[in-house]
Amino acid sequence: MTGTATDLRAALVDDLDDGFAAVVRTYQGLLLGTALRLTGDRPAAEDLAAEAFLRAFRALRDYDAGRIAALELRGWLVTVLLNEHRNTIRTATRRPALSGVPVPERAAPDPGPADVATRADPALAAALAALPAVQRDAVVLRHVADLDVPGVAAALGVGEGTARSHVSRGLARLRTLLAPPDRSAP
Amino acid sequence: MSDPLLARLDPPDVGKDLTPRVVDTFATTRGPLGEVLVARSAEGVTYVRPVDDDADHTGFRAEYRRRLGRPLLPDDGPVPAIDARTRVDLRACSPFERDVLDVTASIPAGQTRPYGWVAREVGRPAAVRAVGTVLARNPVPLIVPCHRVTKADGSLGRYMLGEAAKARLLAAEGADLGRLAAFTTAGVVLIGSDTTGIACLPSCHHARRITDAHRVPFRSAAAAREAGYRGCRVCRPGV
Repeated sequence: MTGTATDLRAALVDDLDDGFAAVVRTYQGLLLGTALRLTGDRPAAEDLAAEAFLRAFRALRDYDAGRIAALELRGWLVTVLLNEHRNTIRTATRRPALSGVPVPERAAPDPGPADVATRADPALAAALAALPAVQRDAVVLRHVADLDVPGVAAALGVGEGTARSHVSRGLARLRTLLAPPDRSAP
Repeated sequence: MSDPLLARLDPPDVGKDLTPRVVDTFATTRGPLGEVLVARSAEGVTYVRPVDDDADHTGFRAEYRRRLGRPLLPDDGPVPAIDARTRVDLRACSPFERDVLDVTASIPAGQTRPYGWVAREVGRPAAVRAVGTVLARNPVPLIVPCHRVTKADGSLGRYMLGEAAKARLLAAEGADLGRLAAFTTAGVVLIGSDTTGIACLPSCHHARRITDAHRVPFRSAAAAREAGYRGCRVCRPGV
């Protein structure tokens, strides 16, 4: 894994276009899977992952070799994806007529089983969207993209203790959002 | 992973190759004037430039990176020749640039329109210079026919592939360049018909049908207006 990342960084420094094609091949599974968790919808996930890759490429154009050599590609790419997703949510909120990610006050009470055919889980996506951004980012980096806590902390630019606390608060909030409704309530 | 929430967060394998959507390709192919360099996305042709002498096409690729901001690799398959019907992808353009290119694409083959006409048609009649700038850096020349846009006096003006190429393209499309040049020399920018009271741009196909006896030349739109002429609804000369 580390070997792969080192090779990819060298490839990017050597030839940005060639290197980036290799980055897409290596990380598209991760970005598509993460995007599917965030959007809960196949076409939206493909749009989001493709847009995130292009945004990453545009950023890399201005990076010098030293900065590329220091990049933690996995965490960086997922962070770019999360930022792109946040912009999509904002745009969808500003322009509700456009189809986009629904942003409920609370997630739908009965999540139902995940869609097996498309592996999409819209209820989980809605619950993630309802989290405070920093908790969503922390949960996604840790438990969707599978970064370790130091990786999450680096990606968020916070200390490890803070990262851990964002992850655990985010998970707790998710559990509440996804809990079955209390039938005894009026 | 016994926690069901963590299992649910675990990303699925979507199993889809995004490469065609993210990485564009380029190759040398045939255009109306010979070989050109053509870059394509999954949506259409994004960039066309004259062939260069550099085997690596370093300048072309650097310009593509700067302007389009998308990764670009050599195309390994056969690339179809380009012409005015080739599908383009103009997502990298600003709305104004797209408007200018759309209007330019509406100019019929073999006909010409001045920069000011394009500015009027996009609803920005004062933006003549800006139109000139957009067309001078047209990402897809030969497909979007910026060679059909001329100076205000009807003279051909500059072209990315050279003024001679502009004339060759128009001649190949059936434009009567000698006739148009004669109007330019005489300072004539509009032609009216005294039987219909309608004024056209000289290359409009309605203008070509006006017989010598009924042809009334005008040096400006204002002059045509003062003479009581209205503008042709096909070439919309701004009268």
